[in-house]
Amino acid sequence: MYDFAYHKPSSVADAVKLLAADPDAKAVSGGHTLIPALKHRLNKPTSLVDLSGIAEMKGIRREGNAIVIGALTKHEAVATSAEVKAAIPVLAFVAKHIGDTQVRNRGTLGGSVANNDPAADYPAAVLGLGATVHTSKRKVAADEFFLGMFTTALEADEILTAISFPIPEKAGYAKMRNPASRYVMAGAFVSKGPMGVRVAINGAGPCVFRQAAMEAALSANWSADAVAAIMQDADGLNSDIHGSAEYRAHLVTVMAKRAVLAAG
Amino acid sequence: MPQVTLSVNGATHTVEVEGRTLLVELLREKLRLTGTHVGCDTSQCGACVVHMDGESVKACTVLAVASQGANITTIEGLAAADGTLHPMQEAFREYHALQCGFCTPGMVMSAVDLVQKNPQGLSEPEIREGLEGNLCRCTGYHNIVKAIAAAQDVMHGRRETLATAAE
Repeated sequence: MYDFAYHKPSSVADAVKLLAADPDAKAVSGGHTLIPALKHRLNKPTSLVDLSGIAEMKGIRREGNAIVIGALTKHEAVATSAEVKAAIPVLAFVAKHIGDTQVRNRGTLGGSVANNDPAADYPAAVLGLGATVHTSKRKVAADEFFLGMFTTALEADEILTAISFPIPEKAGYAKMRNPASRYVMAGAFVSKGPMGVRVAINGAGPCVFRQAAMEAALSANWSADAVAAIMQDADGLNSDIHGSAEYRAHLVTVMAKRAVLAAG
Repeated sequence: MPQVTLSVNGATHTVEVEGRTLLVELLREKLRLTGTHVGCDTSQCGACVVHMDGESVKACTVLAVASQGANITTIEGLAAADGTLHPMQEAFREYHALQCGFCTPGMVMSAVDLVQKNPQGLSEPEIREGLEGNLCRCTGYHNIVKAIAAAQDVMHGRRETLATAAE
């Protein structure tokens, strides 16, 4: 790992200033993606801005018909939150199945979503629930947030501060994990509620995406049978040593069926 | 060079580190607490698990500077001052829950956190799932699971002494 300067600001405003002052600075919180990347020298920031001391980015609260979760909230805290379990149980389920206990004790919601790894779990929940991403500058709809592999609408000096998840009528998530790495090969997050019927697919492509044909089918008939015959186009899906694009396309339908069954 | 002040096994230390120094390097190389192991160095194997403010974490994926003010417990801090083993350590010995022993410190630290977080008691499958972040390359999981199942009864006061392997 190359060395870097380390800063730990206590407010969003100070963190933004530090990021703006150094074009090669990186924001970090739990570090469970960034530190491994630094070890591989895939990334060479001149300074790290540790967000973990910013109180305003912490906590889980209900605001009207939404659950708002601070970006610094750790996966384990979401997994065990009574508030989340009562309002959006599937969100606690998603968090509980990220990585392992030790990863969940350090990894944060904001870090996972801002990183937008194709195999990450949270982006599926954010897009699948039609959540709103709060940043240091603005509020961005999930549909406008995820732009491509490891790419989001966040600018270099913009910090993801919280995510507001509308409470759905029903929602479910299913994923097929690679048996060795446990990363998602293909996953489906389905929901029905204030944001309409939504189907978000993760793991299968370079970036989480919505499956329009399945959304239309579920709008007409909310059942696993409704999506059973819908085949995902393999074109553009990931193809690697873990599975071909065709296999992943097949998994998309299977996971969508399971997600609908889980949603009830 | 940045300075970090942290508590390790009850003793306060102030240590000079680089920004890139990992918590596990601070523990092993600066404090000479070599019970915490580095296996994969990629946050997968769990040999480096320590407790940070009461949560199990992989010390190979925590920056030392991020541990400013933290309370760290390592495998060296589990036994009582008079050398009496922690019930989890005692159970690992009783159930022969180790072969080469490399993964053992991390296994024990993860197991203690797992049991502490689950006072209702854990079933065998739950223990196996709870150990997802720890790898044993001798594949000695079976006795590790048995040891944890026995230790939880002592840790939660359901038994005064450890059930022996013969029981």
